[in-house]
Amino acid sequence: MEDVAIKVENLFASYRKNTVLSDVNLAVESGSLTGIVGPNGAGKSTLLKSMLNLHPSLTGSVAFFGQPFKKMKKKIGYVPQRGSVDWDFPTDALDVVTMGLYGHIGWLKRPSRFHKEKAYQALEKMGMKDYAKRQISQLSGGQQQRVFLARALVQDAELYFMDEPLAGVDAATEHAIMTTLKELKTLGKTVMVVHHDLQTVAEYFDHVLLLNQTVIEHGPTNQTFTKDNISRTYGGNMRWMREEDHDVVPSIKQ
Amino acid sequence: MWSHLLSSNTQWVLASTMVLGIAAGTVGCLAYWKRQSLMSDALAHAALPGVVIAFLLLGEKNLFVLITGASISALIGAYFIEWVRSSTRITEDTAMGMVLSIFYGLGIMLLTIANRTAGGNQSGLDSFIFGQAASMVQSDVLTMFILALLVIFIVGVGFKEWKIYLFDPSFAKGAGLSIKGMNGLYTAILVTTIVIGIQAVGVILIAALLIIPPVSALYWTHAFRWMVCLSAIFGGLAGVLGTAISALGSGWPTGPFIVIVGSCLFILSLIFGKERGLLITFLQFKRQKQLIDNNKDLSHYRTKGVK
Repeated sequence: MEDVAIKVENLFASYRKNTVLSDVNLAVESGSLTGIVGPNGAGKSTLLKSMLNLHPSLTGSVAFFGQPFKKMKKKIGYVPQRGSVDWDFPTDALDVVTMGLYGHIGWLKRPSRFHKEKAYQALEKMGMKDYAKRQISQLSGGQQQRVFLARALVQDAELYFMDEPLAGVDAATEHAIMTTLKELKTLGKTVMVVHHDLQTVAEYFDHVLLLNQTVIEHGPTNQTFTKDNISRTYGGNMRWMREEDHDVVPSIKQ
Repeated sequence: MWSHLLSSNTQWVLASTMVLGIAAGTVGCLAYWKRQSLMSDALAHAALPGVVIAFLLLGEKNLFVLITGASISALIGAYFIEWVRSSTRITEDTAMGMVLSIFYGLGIMLLTIANRTAGGNQSGLDSFIFGQAASMVQSDVLTMFILALLVIFIVGVGFKEWKIYLFDPSFAKGAGLSIKGMNGLYTAILVTTIVIGIQAVGVILIAALLIIPPVSALYWTHAFRWMVCLSAIFGGLAGVLGTAISALGSGWPTGPFIVIVGSCLFILSLIFGKERGLLITFLQFKRQKQLIDNNKDLSHYRTKGVK
């Protein structure tokens, strides 16, 4: 049996009246790069948040390398959606990346020169070294996303969870982010990414998780990411227009 | 007149309102980035019934007991706001508005009753509405001084924790910081700052001391650390200058003068602030416009499309 990095069993979660996740069961292979795909409101972000205790789950268990979240949280890096923080907050890019090291620095201690250097290197890696001292509100959307990714990189985690890191970024940033994700995979890290662009799924991810309130299908991309499975995920109303020389247009109507 | 300012009691009072201003400026920055500036106003008003009830129970004015009463009452207010927000469909700002007016109304009602009782009139409870630093005795000053220093210490020692808590709480939680603990600590220092400020600034105006210095500081800097430092300085200046001015007259309330000094600092920051000040924004716009204007005549040659 392969190494299981993440095991989710019987997970349910809701927002007020609506059940968003019902009976989610999955096992993620260690060292895989998984794309989580599904229509709007399918519970993709909620799945990540419930796994990381950021959203209360109704029932179910989540284990990382056989351990509960509490014991493993230092080994987990989370990149939230860019819109989840207030970018007007008075701080610079380097400072935000340094926040990724707070767990290593220890509470109530000040970051040392060594930590600043490490944060700076992560920024450099994301092609952002010239923006280290830039006020974060003056960064473009793509640059903000790179800062978030750099912050996750310095955490030096084993597992990474990313909520739509490629949403609304330009081609250069998308390339930089994907290069980094593949590098993480080469280093043996397990990465799960909420993704929206169906056309790039096959190119970017070796595993795919099709989600719509529950797991529709999950496995290696070449076996799982089939037309049939995708239309089951998107409610069967998916229109395939490639045959008519058009791009895929998923219909939102259910 | 000036001899007033030189007496040792006045100097103590000045020192304590300065430390109060520093504490309020510091905590105000936290409240600002928690998007809860109005919360301080609601809690200040919510403290009033506690002050009066504590007085009615004790029958005399003892700052420590009054502060305890104020804290309990403000915490009940905070709990109400949180409860209304999380378990009804009413939004937080509406909940704050409700708590503010209900508690304040209750406080004024109790105050009327207290003033009718023997000794109530001379107790100077009225000064809790607008603040009367001059009415403070040595022990009051000391209580206020120590608590304010404690608040400043708590923010200073965990500075980086406060920063990550305010900027990205879910990330902070992932990094192992207890958000529940931080929420509790935040409410505790906010309530402490408010209740120790009530006697000097009054329930109506103490919120101004928490709101005005942080926004003034934002006109000067883009770094959170400097924002907090500047805000503390502005708060301290407002506290000490306001108190000094009010000490010049007899029986002048302190709160309004502190707020007026704070507002003057705000107006100066708004106009001359080096980051977002009106003057610098205007000058930058003018310079850009000039650069463009110098080149405008040539645009004809660069027009693409239809010539």
